[in-house]
Amino acid sequence: MKLFVSEGNPHCVKVLVVLELTGVKCDVQLVNHEDKVVPFLNRPVLPVLLLPSGQHLFSPNAICQYLFEVGGKEASNSSSQFLEWEATELQPVLIQALHMVALQGKTHDAGLVLKGSLSWLEQCLSKRRTQFLTAETVTVADIVLWAAFYPILADPGFSADLGELQLVRDWFERVGLIPACVRASQKVLQGKGLESLKNFLKKQPTPHTQRKDSQPSTNAIETEDLDPAMTEEEIEATAQAWCKGLPDCPDAPQRQHPILPQEGKRNVLVTSALPYVNNVPHLGNIIGCVLSADVFARYGRLRGWNLLYVCGTDEYGTATENKAREEGLTPREICDKYHTVHSAIYKWFQIDFDYFGRTTTDRQTEISQNIFWRLHERGFLLEDTVEQLRCERCQRFLADRFVEGVCPHCRYPEARGDQCDKCGRLINAVELKEPQCKVCGQTPVIRTSKHLFLDLPKLEGDLEQWLERSLSSGDWTPNAKHITHSWIRDGLKPRCITRDLQWGTPVPHPDYREKVFYVWFDAPIGYLSITANYTSQWEKWWKNPQQVELYNFMAKDNVPFHSVVFPCSLLGAQDNYTLVNHLIATEYLNYEDTKFSKSRGVGVFGDMAKDTGIVSDVWRFYLLYMRPEGQDSAFCWADMALKNNSELLNNLGNFINRAGMFVSKFFEGCVPEIVLREEDKCLIAQVCWELKQYIQLLDKVRIRDALKCILNISRHGNQYIQVNEPWKKIKGGDNDRQRAGTVTAVSVNMACLLSVLLEPYMPTVSVTIRAQLQAPACCGSAMLAADGCFLRSLSTGHRIGTVSPLFQKLGSEQIEALRKRFGGQQPEEATHAGEVPIGTASSTAPKATATAEPATNASVSAADPQRATQLAAAVSEQGDKVRALKAQKADKSVITVEVNKLLELKKELALTEGKNPEPSPQKGKKK
Amino acid sequence: MALKELSSLEKCLGLKKPNKYSTQGEKKVPVLQNNQGSALVGLVTIASHLVCEAQRTELLGDSAEQRAVVQQWLEYRVTRLDGCSKDEVKVILKELNQYLEDKVYMAGNCFTLADALMYYGIHHIVMELAVEEKERYLNVTRWFDHIQHYPGVRHHLPPVVVLRNRVYPSSQH
Repeated sequence: MKLFVSEGNPHCVKVLVVLELTGVKCDVQLVNHEDKVVPFLNRPVLPVLLLPSGQHLFSPNAICQYLFEVGGKEASNSSSQFLEWEATELQPVLIQALHMVALQGKTHDAGLVLKGSLSWLEQCLSKRRTQFLTAETVTVADIVLWAAFYPILADPGFSADLGELQLVRDWFERVGLIPACVRASQKVLQGKGLESLKNFLKKQPTPHTQRKDSQPSTNAIETEDLDPAMTEEEIEATAQAWCKGLPDCPDAPQRQHPILPQEGKRNVLVTSALPYVNNVPHLGNIIGCVLSADVFARYGRLRGWNLLYVCGTDEYGTATENKAREEGLTPREICDKYHTVHSAIYKWFQIDFDYFGRTTTDRQTEISQNIFWRLHERGFLLEDTVEQLRCERCQRFLADRFVEGVCPHCRYPEARGDQCDKCGRLINAVELKEPQCKVCGQTPVIRTSKHLFLDLPKLEGDLEQWLERSLSSGDWTPNAKHITHSWIRDGLKPRCITRDLQWGTPVPHPDYREKVFYVWFDAPIGYLSITANYTSQWEKWWKNPQQVELYNFMAKDNVPFHSVVFPCSLLGAQDNYTLVNHLIATEYLNYEDTKFSKSRGVGVFGDMAKDTGIVSDVWRFYLLYMRPEGQDSAFCWADMALKNNSELLNNLGNFINRAGMFVSKFFEGCVPEIVLREEDKCLIAQVCWELKQYIQLLDKVRIRDALKCILNISRHGNQYIQVNEPWKKIKGGDNDRQRAGTVTAVSVNMACLLSVLLEPYMPTVSVTIRAQLQAPACCGSAMLAADGCFLRSLSTGHRIGTVSPLFQKLGSEQIEALRKRFGGQQPEEATHAGEVPIGTASSTAPKATATAEPATNASVSAADPQRATQLAAAVSEQGDKVRALKAQKADKSVITVEVNKLLELKKELALTEGKNPEPSPQKGKKK
Repeated sequence: MALKELSSLEKCLGLKKPNKYSTQGEKKVPVLQNNQGSALVGLVTIASHLVCEAQRTELLGDSAEQRAVVQQWLEYRVTRLDGCSKDEVKVILKELNQYLEDKVYMAGNCFTLADALMYYGIHHIVMELAVEEKERYLNVTRWFDHIQHYPGVRHHLPPVVVLRNRVYPSSQH
């Protein structure tokens, strides 16, 4: 056992007294104040007792209690009560008093600070007839309290103030006579009294005169942003700029289609990955591409950039053909049907596309074939015969997703023909082990077929040159950079661009008449053809890298197609195409503690969001708040309710509503006069700092982080109102009334700023606030110009409209009901920690919503079609056996045993199938 | 707040007759008026008293060492955690996270009063943590989830959802 103490540390007095008094054997080591003895504590703390077990005791009182107990004296209720009082009540005032006396020489003030505690102690003593606090002998309570008071009560300057507290003085002297006390105080304070404590006290954080009220529990640890350190001049300048109000500016011009690049403007082209038409997008898809791009596009328009945002459904490919066969429609009919579904969903989510098109158009054929010919003429296409899998029963080549088998790299049993979901590696279908036709389950045969390849190795030099420029000058998310680098590092290989299918853009070359373009080649060209359908002058955007900045939004699984493959197509075409400048890729969004799955009914899909009764703006808010930016994140109902109730309702909504209500109620709806004090200027400077942060972050497409700035502003506002209490001041004299007016006017102007900042995130709420405040139309563009400036947009006398609450509480029952409704039939076993790629332009990347989960639980062999087949065979075999036994009229007990075996097998089979997320083609065979 | 906590603790300890509490002072320190005349003041004092009444003294630690460790964390709870500032919350979470790195319970190898009171005291903080923060303070979250599911502990507090899978790569922090 070892006790660590330091000189001049008042907390060490008590432990040393107790150590001597109890006679417990223990080494004492003298260390410096700054020595960190306890490994898990952030600040150096002393005294510390290292227990025989290796644990550290860092609380002086716990050390004293322990030593007393080891020394054979149990603590009583009443002594533990004194210890608790000492720690919670006395110490905070004591450290403050010590500060005053030793560092500031304010002996008198220190007396006032300690007065309460001393008279409390006097009272306690007066109720007792014992020599010491709790008994006739000294207990741990006496030592702890005596040692706590000692440095200050023993100070000659202070003793006078003990005046009437006769009992305290007697008790203090009585304890002080104990030899152990004398020696310990000598050891720590070295007879220098308070002087010796100076070093220690200087290292302690300055105690507050008033104990700060604990923060309301909400958002106790919300942000990591350091508060801005601003000089007085800066604060003054910000306040002055604010007072000037809005400059004379024309109303923001209406958007005029078609939007085309303009000389001398910042021309920004925004695309989000094209959603694959045959899937209803889930929340992950929405946040991953269209919603993120929408926030950025709205922000860009606010900033006055000349911006075009295009997107559309990606419609070609095998999945559409599959879906068409399933629903008994033609591929075209399927595309029409689902394109409408997509449009409706995005409309509900208020995605403000300039144009939302589709890939199955004539322009698509025209542009893809043009790029194809240019590549062909320039020798960037190779011809090769390919071994391909063909299902003889279905009479077709099994491209991509028509075939499944064991991954040749990681042995994952459900790898698809083009990619393994487990290890993520791209696969050539013929490399699959034990391949099976997805439609009929038959083992396919290998046939050869002639195909065209894009010669990526030949384009690698151009690609690297361009990448170097784009990566260094643009804003690429770290994951996008990383994925791109690893692709290049692994070396590029020729990639096949043709497919033996019908539903696609036909290959114009006469030798490949029966073939279409492979979707990865074709789909990104959709961005161009969709723009071409929007305006015939599309080339002003797409063949204009000098004037246009291109932003691509997508989920991370889509990065290589946008950073390597598609740029190679465009570079090879040598037609001055606009290539991506900023590649913004999100990570994955999980659902609760599992993943989105359409087939199991797990998760919220775009078309269901509106049926939840939760408004679109709140959905947008939560998805953006949880945006998997830099890291994966998870959608969680309880969290959504919490964020709605704490952030939207109690923070943001509460502030804006209060600001407006004060204007209506106390000032007849007119913004009152403003006389700024120092604290108001500080607030304005703080708000301005958050505004600049917001702009800096959104310029770098840090969408989630910028949202925090908005919430910080309203948090500052709430605090400001809380401290200044305008609802009380309005009832006071002229000065108070003027103060109430200033606070109200500053607040309502902050609300106006918030309406502007909210526009990209919650457009409807933004419009509602502006209508409530009757905010001038140009305030947004004025405050968001350049690097941002908080301006007084609502001047004195400005009349606001009718104010009403903006948000509603989400009740726990409502949320619980929703959670159950979208929880699907979760298996009893632990759900797999699977992830879902989000926001994919799915034809160019895996469509994971419908793919199987990793078989992490081998004993249940979840969704393992092979296991299911084996089991089905075993069931039928066992069934035959039972029937045979019955026919032979065998002994009943023998039959029962076999029947039980059969039931077991059936149960296992059901389990295996029940977990299978896809309607398994094997099912048919089992019957 | 402290009163609700004490009544939950009573239930947790299986005490049949609920006590009546009052509070004193600005900080609303709980007071228990008992039959023996003098009142008990302070959360830790009252809670320890309840544990003795319920004859569950093992919850205060089963050896002198454990008793000291339990006391220490009870004190930490009322001096550091209660009413701490926003910045201090982060320090506390960091300290607890480091402390709990190789521990299942706050003190020793079984559930003690320190776990219960620390859980009650930190609940409002953990409740507000974003998923990412819960992972940053993984050991605290693990301990917290364990204690909130410990039979009979939770009572007046809503459960906090803890994800079973990690969604953030650990190297980030």
